[in-house]
Amino acid sequence: MHIGQQIAQYLLSGLSTGAIYALIGVGFAIIHNATGIINFAQGEFVMLGGMFTVFFLTVLNLPLLVSVILAIAASTIAGVAFERLAIRPMKNASPISLVIITVGGSILIRGIAMLVWGKDTHALETFSGNEPIQLGEATILPQHLWIFAVTTVVIICSKLYFNYTISGKAMRACAYNSRAAGLVGIDVRRMVLFSFAISSAMGSMAGIIIAPLTMTSYDVGVMLGLKGFCAAIIGGMSSGLGTVFGGVILGILESLGAGIFSSGYKDAIAFIILLIILFIRPHGLFSKGDTERV
Amino acid sequence: MTKLRSFLKHEMVKFILFTILILFLPLAFKGGYLLNVFVFVGIHTLLAVALNLLLGYAGQISLGHAAFFGLGAYASGILTATHGQNPWLAMAVVAAAVGTLAFIIGFPILKLKGHYLAMATLGFGIIVYIAFNEAVELTGGPSGFSGIPNLSLGGFSFDTDFKNYYLIWGMTLVTILLSLNLVNSRIGRGLKAIHDSEVAARVMGVNVRFLKVQIFALSAVISSIAGSLYAHTMTFVSPTSFGFNFSVELVTMVIIGGLGSIYGSFLGAALLTFLPEILRAFQDYDIVVYGLLLIFMTLFMPGGLVRGIPALVGQIVSRAGAGSKADA
Repeated sequence: MHIGQQIAQYLLSGLSTGAIYALIGVGFAIIHNATGIINFAQGEFVMLGGMFTVFFLTVLNLPLLVSVILAIAASTIAGVAFERLAIRPMKNASPISLVIITVGGSILIRGIAMLVWGKDTHALETFSGNEPIQLGEATILPQHLWIFAVTTVVIICSKLYFNYTISGKAMRACAYNSRAAGLVGIDVRRMVLFSFAISSAMGSMAGIIIAPLTMTSYDVGVMLGLKGFCAAIIGGMSSGLGTVFGGVILGILESLGAGIFSSGYKDAIAFIILLIILFIRPHGLFSKGDTERV
Repeated sequence: MTKLRSFLKHEMVKFILFTILILFLPLAFKGGYLLNVFVFVGIHTLLAVALNLLLGYAGQISLGHAAFFGLGAYASGILTATHGQNPWLAMAVVAAAVGTLAFIIGFPILKLKGHYLAMATLGFGIIVYIAFNEAVELTGGPSGFSGIPNLSLGGFSFDTDFKNYYLIWGMTLVTILLSLNLVNSRIGRGLKAIHDSEVAARVMGVNVRFLKVQIFALSAVISSIAGSLYAHTMTFVSPTSFGFNFSVELVTMVIIGGLGSIYGSFLGAALLTFLPEILRAFQDYDIVVYGLLLIFMTLFMPGGLVRGIPALVGQIVSRAGAGSKADA
């Protein structure tokens, strides 16, 4: 394989992992914008998506589509429960307490998943076969196309939701100024609950579409969650194109870095990028201002 | 002035009582398994005190403190086992190097606040953890690094739990004394001011940025020394002891014991060191218990055990008092 072909392959696989990071990152951004919280448990919802799908598919022998829908529903319920039981009781909490409580939540969810499903990694069948598709110099798996499709649809839907529905607009109002939103009659607490529901659903979708490629286990959420956060930071905590670019940049750099330097340091690359971004542009590469972040 | 003096006296009495407790504790269980656990309580107390200076007093979170602990352990191990350096010299050199590293990265990292600071320290911790795994020639990679010598003084080698107990607790007690002095000094008041409001602290003439970086570096130095002690006690280190989970465990110790309480750090460290031992029968349940503890403590006992237990006792006593009055 000559070098051009290799680079093309790295770019393509970087693009698809980047799409996953973007999907997870958008989940971070939605909660952050509605509540000011960075949800350290976001990665656990990604894990839950994959694990629930495996569970419904192999243990209960349900068809794929039903399993996926049930898995998204179950993860969303977990997200809502987390908000009700751990986040809502924290009134006027300091950022440190919020960090600690979401870290606690992530450990708890991971622990419960480990007790329920064990420590083994589980494989999920690809949605439509393993026949690689030739794409110019590089090849691509059908599962990658699923990833691109799902990410695109989810991002477009969220854009439509935030711009054209009443509750979407209400959530944007909360993001802009939650007190003012409360004064004009928006139920801020319900919007916060919504934001957790939406982001856990999005996270679980990311977990489901990536599971056939990378396998899944109780502890995959940590790394995926953190990479998603990197994407969100690069994108300036926006739930739109910024985070998509952030995810894609991260995915491609990581894939190139792993291919050219060393695959062992692949995960370190993401964090070095994270640190650099935090040090030089903590508000992201694409941020314009504070308005309309959601 | 008299107030300060009586306060210091009060602190001194507490410290002396605590020291006596620690010195005579080994006599109670005469070696064996419990003594070994208490050696680890000592190392964990050292780490929790270090993190508490940063988290509890200055109000700056670090989710990457296991990295400093690991750097101390690995660097001590490599300098002594691979290069045959004197362990004490190595410990000092490594602590100075880790402190310098923390000082340098402290400037950009501590500019960040809240969640961003948490994420940045976490990222740093993970990068270091990956390096422990990947720099196989230096660290032995995932299978670990063995053959680290015990510490010794002259011909006296710290090769049993009994000797290590006094070595480690000696260091820990000195650190506790110094930390108590520090937090009750001008610097300590500056840290508490930063905790409450950075702007107000700056207005009052506290050099906020420099003070935060200093305390971060000091915390890293203590963690590095704890790492060196750990390496020489265990004579073996592997990356899993220094990962993200351990960083979180350290934060849990500080929170459970009580933010801004040096003795609370001991309580938290003791509890979380014993917990896995108690839960050994249930094997993997400890991770669930950590998560529950973190959530419950933050929600219901934000002051930690050190403040929570007296408050609880006070409540019960006053309720009982009210009850008996009603009876009468």
